[in-house]
Amino acid sequence: MSSKALRGLLLPAVLLLSGCQTVLMSPSGDMAVQQRDIILISLVLMLLIVVPVIGLTLFFAWRYRASNQKATYKPDWDHSTVLELLIWSAPLLIIIALGALTWVSTHKLDPFRPLERIAAGREIPAGARPLEVDVVALDWKWLFIYPEQGIATVNELAAPVDRPIQFKITASTVMNSFFIPSLAGQIYAMPGMETKLHAVINKPGSYEGISANYSGAGFSGMHFKFLGLSEGEFEQWVAKAKDGGALTRESYLQLEKPSENEPVRRYATVAPDLYPAIVNLCVAPGTPCMHETMAKDAARAGKPAGEHDMPHMEHMEH
Amino acid sequence: MSDAKSYDTYNTAAAPLRFHQETEHHPENGTLLGFWLYLMSDCLIFACLFAVYGVLGRSYAGGPTGAEVFELPLVALNTSLLLLSSITYGFAMLEMQRKRVNPTLVWLAVTGLLGAGFIGIELYEFGHLIAEGNGPQRSAFLSSFFTLVGTHGLHVSCGIIWLITLMVQVKRKGLIGPNKRRLWCLSMFWHFLDVVWIGVFSFVYLMGVLP
Amino acid sequence: MSDHPDLTKLIFGRLSWDAIPFHEPILLATFAAVLVGGLALLAVITKYRLWGYLWREWFTSIDHKKIGIMYMVLGLVMLLRGFADAIMMRLQQAISFGDNLGYLPPHHYDQVFTAHGVIMIFFVAMPIVTGLMNYVVPLQIGARDVAFPFLNNFSFWMTTAGAVLVMASLFVGEFARTGWLAYPPLSGILASPDVGVDYYIWSLQIAGVGTLLSGVNLLVTIIKMRAPGMKLMQMPVFTWTALCTNVLIIAAFPVLTAVLALLSMDRYLGTHMFTNELGGNAMMYVNLIWIWGHPEVYILILPMFGVFSEVVSTFARKRLFGYTSMVYATIVITVLAYLVWLHHFFTMGSGASVNSFFGITTMIISIPTGAKIFNWLFTMYRGRIHFELPMMWTVAFMVTFVIGGMTGVLLAVPPADFSLHNSLFLIAHFHNVIIGGVLFGAFAAINFWFPKAFGFKLDVFWGKCSFWLWVVGFYFAFMPLYVLGLMGVTRRISHFEDPSLQIWFQIAAFGAVLIALGIGAMLIQFVVSFLRRDKLRDVTGDPWNGRTLEWSTSSPPPAYNFAFTPVVHDGDAWWQMKQLGWQRPLSGFIDIHMPKNTGAGIILAGISTVLGFAMIWQMWLVAALAFVSLLAVAIGHTFNYNREYYIQAADVARVEAARTEALASHV
Repeated sequence: MSSKALRGLLLPAVLLLSGCQTVLMSPSGDMAVQQRDIILISLVLMLLIVVPVIGLTLFFAWRYRASNQKATYKPDWDHSTVLELLIWSAPLLIIIALGALTWVSTHKLDPFRPLERIAAGREIPAGARPLEVDVVALDWKWLFIYPEQGIATVNELAAPVDRPIQFKITASTVMNSFFIPSLAGQIYAMPGMETKLHAVINKPGSYEGISANYSGAGFSGMHFKFLGLSEGEFEQWVAKAKDGGALTRESYLQLEKPSENEPVRRYATVAPDLYPAIVNLCVAPGTPCMHETMAKDAARAGKPAGEHDMPHMEHMEH
Repeated sequence: MSDAKSYDTYNTAAAPLRFHQETEHHPENGTLLGFWLYLMSDCLIFACLFAVYGVLGRSYAGGPTGAEVFELPLVALNTSLLLLSSITYGFAMLEMQRKRVNPTLVWLAVTGLLGAGFIGIELYEFGHLIAEGNGPQRSAFLSSFFTLVGTHGLHVSCGIIWLITLMVQVKRKGLIGPNKRRLWCLSMFWHFLDVVWIGVFSFVYLMGVLP
Repeated sequence: MSDHPDLTKLIFGRLSWDAIPFHEPILLATFAAVLVGGLALLAVITKYRLWGYLWREWFTSIDHKKIGIMYMVLGLVMLLRGFADAIMMRLQQAISFGDNLGYLPPHHYDQVFTAHGVIMIFFVAMPIVTGLMNYVVPLQIGARDVAFPFLNNFSFWMTTAGAVLVMASLFVGEFARTGWLAYPPLSGILASPDVGVDYYIWSLQIAGVGTLLSGVNLLVTIIKMRAPGMKLMQMPVFTWTALCTNVLIIAAFPVLTAVLALLSMDRYLGTHMFTNELGGNAMMYVNLIWIWGHPEVYILILPMFGVFSEVVSTFARKRLFGYTSMVYATIVITVLAYLVWLHHFFTMGSGASVNSFFGITTMIISIPTGAKIFNWLFTMYRGRIHFELPMMWTVAFMVTFVIGGMTGVLLAVPPADFSLHNSLFLIAHFHNVIIGGVLFGAFAAINFWFPKAFGFKLDVFWGKCSFWLWVVGFYFAFMPLYVLGLMGVTRRISHFEDPSLQIWFQIAAFGAVLIALGIGAMLIQFVVSFLRRDKLRDVTGDPWNGRTLEWSTSSPPPAYNFAFTPVVHDGDAWWQMKQLGWQRPLSGFIDIHMPKNTGAGIILAGISTVLGFAMIWQMWLVAALAFVSLLAVAIGHTFNYNREYYIQAADVARVEAARTEALASHV
């Protein structure tokens, strides 16, 4: 038993040590930092009960082994009201604490909710508008559209350090999950729907971005670089895209076709209303747009259009 | 027997305890409970299909709405056929209780015919919809409609096959214990389908047509 | 044939020689190995003229004990297949870095991880759980068989039919490349037009019939067939957990049936339930499948909680601490199992309030689970613990499961889940609870009840080898995955760029090798135990000084289980009988009413397999024929009223006399 005891006790410690270096434990964006803190607080709360349980298991296993005739033996002792109360209330207390933490933090860190700060103790400067990026998960690459800058890129994303970013996220055919571990938690990218993520990067650098939800053959190669840049560098990065071609509806339909391990691409211009057309699955000429169809359906169902669920998830914003 | 008895009584502080039963123990028959549990699981399948219809029922995708395609008089006729068949099944069960084979069979046959009428009308309705281009492929609303109503129809069809089988069995073996048990099971099944249909009628047809 | 191209199409559908993977050396070698092994097995059976024996005594048997054993065999055989998939993935991920693309292209790798998940859950864990309940529950409640013995046989063969279809996908066509829950639109006809998803659907649908019917069967058995005197609150804890599990099965599996049926409508008929176009809603699939999927994990773990309860009290030689709270904890878990499904997809964007609600309900489950752990702990407290193999597995479970439970609660905190969802941290978590809980429980149960089923104990040396290899291997295989999860690595990836990850994957692969050795040691344990069966023989029927009724009869129990139906006065019925000096009755035997064997189950399941295969390959003519014959055989079976017979009192007396003799020679 002793070697198991050792392993049981040491492994979490080893894990914690090695875990400290990892991207989720030392992230560079405020959202991810707060999520990291939640992970750590929850872990500590639970270790309060888990460590004694593991310790007691091993101790009782050793103490009451059959060969230890000195230990007390009470074959018919099977109930103790005090103990029963204790074993139900101890986990209950932990869960009450954890539940409160969950309720508060889930609302605070809701990806749909606009940011309230840039980092701990740093408010968002008055008048600052978030950088908007429209994200489209394609088979099997990422398209990023910058409405403000009028550019688009494939498999490379950039944002100025400390500027809040608002991602609007959708997909072309199947479900993916938009995930930059060092920036913020993930959110699904789904065809015909729009999800949102608010985040900010606090340190300059080049970070990994991936699809975290399996989406088919080219899934493993569906990653991109996320660059945290200074304002100046970001301008240059945008300017670099200005050398690229145009992302028209036709070239989008070409791009949309399945392909694997795509290199970085840059587009100087983006067709107007391309992103809303992607969300509403009507880029191809002649296809009806979902939101229009749904509005008509709602009208015919005798409901005012506004009351009906839109294809995207606007209604989930608070 | 006397030997066994001497072994199986024990004097504890209060009363002697018996630890085995010398005669064969016959547990209660569990068929009706088992069948009822199966019906509840079936009910969950319908619950899922209702939920799906609830989610998709207004996604017309530019296709027709319920109000445009449902023919309430036809459905009302259909509903009355099925409700009536539940009553006639009840008569069959009453005759079964009176141990009268032929009247039981007659009522079962009437039930089966009413059920067949129901299926016939439903097939006509489906055929009509499909012929007009409003098949299950047209929109999510029609997909979920055909699935919910079709699954119910499939159940009724199975019920009819079962009913015919039972009629043959009752004819051959008479109203013996196992046959009575089967008639009880089918009875539960038949009434269950009736209840589900009331749900379909109000939730799908009435609410689909009413503004 | 060329004159009737349509007929060919109707008979063969889309099946052609292209479907046989001649170009895949790995598959071809596997196929050759299976073929040679299978032929050898058939030859041995034929040589020793075992066909008649197998057919009469096993395949057509409606004896719950034999069906239980067949379920266990199915589970263990499929464990080998599922584990082969696992070790292939571990190897691929350990080598596939940078320029090295590994040996499994995505097309193949994606099938492997899908098959691994499907097989491990549906065809390893489920058969083992069902097999245990089948074997043990009627014995524990003092019954002669289950409520519906024929259905029991049919259920088993339907489960097997599902397994056969999954195995067939290895050599004819391919399996799904969608992940084990086959989310649309990826599993829809546009993204997955080939047969993979259809294999998935039909194997699960057919096996699901078996699971559902066996759930109904066992539930009715427990409610209606308990020995006289056994109140609900006197049932052994394993029977209680079996009761709750079967309630879960009845209330969860119909949802799976419905959702898979809807998916097949989309695929076969072109409906729009889950499509992107014309109003379909893929999120609905995700919700529905998890409404089944979450209770499913409790279906797997609850019976194991029962196993551990039996094992702890037996080997601590002590009454179970807190029986009542154990029962209520089980019931609470059963109810809560339905209120947590959304925690599998916090990241789908349901909004903060919905996410918190489901996060908190999930955490609440840890309260009754924690209470259970404490109850086992206090059963050990002031006991006399005998560290036989089942008890070793139990202690390993308690330590391991607590860690897995903790990471599970962590994942239930939505903001944490946004970072950890779909990551290898999640993979580590659920393997931590499924291996540490379900499999360790299964091994405890196998070592515990094997002597009951076969009359001899399992070899301890090889059992310990297997135990240590499994436990150590588990930690090596899955602790690195926790770390990788924190490094932002997600699941189902077949190739990596970042070389700093590789060492962790290599450690995990090493762990998988240890587990492979552990499985090997277990197989050796079975063989060695069989060879040494005379030395390991237990004639008492009660090798562990047990507490519940199954230990009161002989090992293996006679067909009728108990010569006289027991009368129960206490939760630890057999323990009380022993304490009060009960003597086995030696005379006064009576005729015993028993169900007759029937071949209908295996025939119906065989036709279902053909039906499934024909539907997968769109062989409409074959499918129609199979469907009609399925109906005909099922109806034909109902015309058989002659389903029972009596074991004569004289035969019972003979069997019991033999046992008396054996007991006497032993003492």
